[in-house]
Parts: sequence; structure tokens; C-alpha cells
Amino acid sequence: MGALFVLPMLMIAILSFLKRGTYGQVVYEFTLNNYIRIFDPLYGQIFGDTLVVAVLTTVFSILCGYPLAYYISRLEKSTQQIWLLLVMIPFWINFLVRSYAWVIILRSQGVINTFLQSLGIISEPLPLLYNSGSVLLGMVYTLLPFMVLPIYVSLEQMDRRKLEAAYDLGATPWKAFWHVTLPMTKTGVVTGSILVFVSSIGMFVVPDVMGGAKSALIGNVIQNQFLSARDWPFGSALSIVLMLLSMLLILLYFRATKASETKEGSA
Amino acid sequence: MKTLRRNALSGYSWLMLVFLYLPILILVLYSFNDSRINATWTGFTWKWYVSLFENRQVMQALMNSLTIGVISSVIATVLGTAAALAVKHYSIRWSNIFNGLMYLPIVIPEIMMGLALLVLFSQVQMELGKVTLILAHVTFSMPYVMVIISGRLADMGKELEEASQDLGATPWETLRYVTLPLIMPGIIAGFLMAFTLSLDDFIISFFVAGPNSTTLPLYIYGLVKRGVSPEVNALSTLLIVSTVLLVVVAEIFRRKDSKNNQSIL
Repeated sequence: MGALFVLPMLMIAILSFLKRGTYGQVVYEFTLNNYIRIFDPLYGQIFGDTLVVAVLTTVFSILCGYPLAYYISRLEKSTQQIWLLLVMIPFWINFLVRSYAWVIILRSQGVINTFLQSLGIISEPLPLLYNSGSVLLGMVYTLLPFMVLPIYVSLEQMDRRKLEAAYDLGATPWKAFWHVTLPMTKTGVVTGSILVFVSSIGMFVVPDVMGGAKSALIGNVIQNQFLSARDWPFGSALSIVLMLLSMLLILLYFRATKASETKEGSA
Repeated sequence: MKTLRRNALSGYSWLMLVFLYLPILILVLYSFNDSRINATWTGFTWKWYVSLFENRQVMQALMNSLTIGVISSVIATVLGTAAALAVKHYSIRWSNIFNGLMYLPIVIPEIMMGLALLVLFSQVQMELGKVTLILAHVTFSMPYVMVIISGRLADMGKELEEASQDLGATPWETLRYVTLPLIMPGIIAGFLMAFTLSLDDFIISFFVAGPNSTTLPLYIYGLVKRGVSPEVNALSTLLIVSTVLLVVVAEIFRRKDSKNNQSIL
């Protein structure tokens, strides 16, 4: 199983240094051209957009997911199980179908526009779909369960006596949350962020279905290089850079949260 | 003040639940809408479902999905069970390496796994089709099976197996009459999970499918690219309903007299 995954990753790494033949075949000659091509401003722009969308998706998922996870963790055990199952079910329904559901709602003859037009509020349909806003919405929508579950787990495992201690010492609920609950559930937030970030950085389904031609992200370009343009070496180089970038950012995120943790500890 | 805060939190959480479910409910609702062109509700109809069952391409895609789903989940369940048993019985170092490999797909975007498998299959000159799809589905569903069964094994403890051996059972008899019956709910849950993942997968299948091995999600993608239509709504609804049913049944099996009631993920 592991071999089935590690081996091909090495092949992609090797492929990224090879040349593409005239008919889309791979020519076994060493070159750095694929990597040099990535520095084309066109791709720089797409990489930038991808990172911005991924970071925003992560931030919005925390904002949407943390309160929900907090609420669930404060419910009674039996109710908790039901809520958890309700959060989990959409996670199993595939990305494609879930982003398509938004197309029905947002498109120009969609649910919202039809409704507003029938009320006479607008005369022309609003451009709700095929822009970066709709891509972001789709991303947060499809990835939210990834954030809720890890945060819930860390809230569940938290030692609540510390919270009581904070209250006994006169902390306001807000202060207690900010100085006790939040730092103690950092692991959950970090895990959730990594899951959301990694999934959104390579996502091509949501931008493909909900984004227009202008909102292509790096996942779409890679998919294109492999399946339509048939430039496997360049596609490989892009995916290697994507992978290194995502690992680097995860590492930095880990460092940053670790650092603030030790600071909390010594204070 | 306290109740106000609690109400705000509860309201927000319900809002999030609505956010998660409303689009899905609207999709399902509009699969019964009589109108083809826009979102105006013109009456209830089954006709889009009827036209699906008369569509040969849809039926072919359904058959492909079911065949690939059953074969890949049987293989994934056998391998996943064996792996879980092996990890339990061998040294800690091995299980750490194993666990590391299991988490690898999580820190790497899913698209990479599709690409990696595509490159692998083309390097060994395998023609893309049902066989490559089955291999790919086994690869990504096996870790889930293993996680579920490992959980079950950890719950079980060592006592019963030790007792069986003390009473003179051979290792094979212990496995056959003690371990396997005890972890059976886990095995069934793992199988259902693997089947759901296979039935539902789009991203990885997208890279490793051939022209004659279109599965349901791939067929839906083709339709979605052409635009919104009631047939897509109906087909998506069928996929949603079967996924949800499978997941719920799997959860019931997994929790069946198990001490560990933590949700999976």
C-alpha cells in the first residue's frame, strides 16, 4: 500500500526533470526547463491565488467551525452523538455533488436569482457564481467538517478543572475562553487547519464547477497538464512545487503554534 | 447574560447546520421539479428518475460503480484486516512505520494521489480501465478499513485471546473462533466504509479511469460540465441517498457493543 504511493511520488519527481516530446510523450533527457517555466508570472499569479484561497478557506473554516464544535462539546452525550453524525454525513457526500448543489442555488436562473426576481427586487440576475467569492464559499462549505471534528475532539479531551480554576480566580467567561480554552484546544485547531489547508491547496473540483475561467487554481492547471495538454513533465514539476509548498507552510504553521505555546507556558 | 451567550452560540450552531444541509436539500428537492429550464417550482414529478433508468449510459455507469465498488472493497477489507492484525501482533517499531505511511495521504493533496497512480500505471504500461480503478480504490480505502479494525482490536484487549491459547487452541483456532468473530462488526463496518468511498470517489477515479470504465461520479461530472439539468439532480440525489444510508449502517455496525464510541476521522 505504502509502496503503491511512495514509488509513484518518486516517479513524479523524476518526471519533472524530463522533457516533453512533440506528441505529448515523455523524452528521457534531463532538463530544468519545467521548473524555470514555473517562474513565469502567469503561474506565479495562479500559485498566489491558490495560496490566498487556501488561507482564507482555513480562516473561515475556523470561524465557522470553532463555535459549532464548542457548542457540540457542551451538549449532553446522547445529543452530541447525533450532532456529530450530522456534521459527518456531508463529509461523506462527494465534493462534486456538493459544489454542484451550490450551482443550482447561485446560477443566474438559480434559486436565489429566480426568487429575488419574482419578488421584483432585482430585474437582472446577480452574478453570484463563477467568481472567486463563489469558489471560496464552495471551499469552506465542502471542507468545514474537516475543521469541526478535530476541534471537537480536543475540546472533549480538555481538562475542564482548569476552566473552573480560572472562574474561581475571577476570570470573565471571555477571558477564560481566550486564556484557557483556546490555548488548550490549539492541537485541534492546528490539525483541522492542516486538513483544510492541504485539501484546499490541491482542490480542482470546486474551482472547476463553481469558478469561472478566471478563477483557475493550481490544481486545475495540474489536472489540465496531465489530461488535456499532455505535458506530464511540466505537470509533475508543478505538483512537486505544490507539494513542497504545502509541506513548508505546514511546518511553519507548526513552528508558529509551538512557539506561542511555549510563550504561554512561561508566562 | 449567560443565557444570552448560550442562545447566541446555539443559534450560530443551528445556522451552521442549515448551511451544511440546505444546499443538499435544495438539490434533492429540485430533482422532483417538473420544470426543466429554471428554478421556478412547477410541480412534483418522478419523470427525471424514470428517464435515468431508461438511459443506457447511466445504467452502464451504475454497473461499473457497483462492480468496482464490490471487488475493491472486498480486497481492501481482506488486506486491511490482515494489516490490522499484523500491526497488533508485531513490534511497535513496525506499527509506527505503518501508521506513518497511513497518514501520508493526509498531508498530501488528494490530487497528488491520483497523479501518482496515473504515472505508476502508465510506467508499467497498464491500460487504464476497471482494473486500474480497482487497484486505486483498494489503495485509498484500505487505510480506513485498517483504522476501524485496529480500533476494534484495541477495544477487545488481549485477555480473550490469551485465555483461548491457555486452553490449548492453536493460533489459527484462536484467530478463527475468537478474534475474527469478535471483530466481525468492525470488519463489516470497514467493508461498508470501503464500499462507500469507492462508490463516491471522484478525484482519484478521474485520473485513472479509461474510456470504458466511467463510474457514476465521473458520469455526473460530464453532465455537470454541460450545465444544470434535472437529470443531474436526480442522479446526484441517488448518489447522496445511497452514500448516507451506507455511512449510517456502517456507523451502527462499528458502534455495535463497542466500548469506544469515538467518531471516526
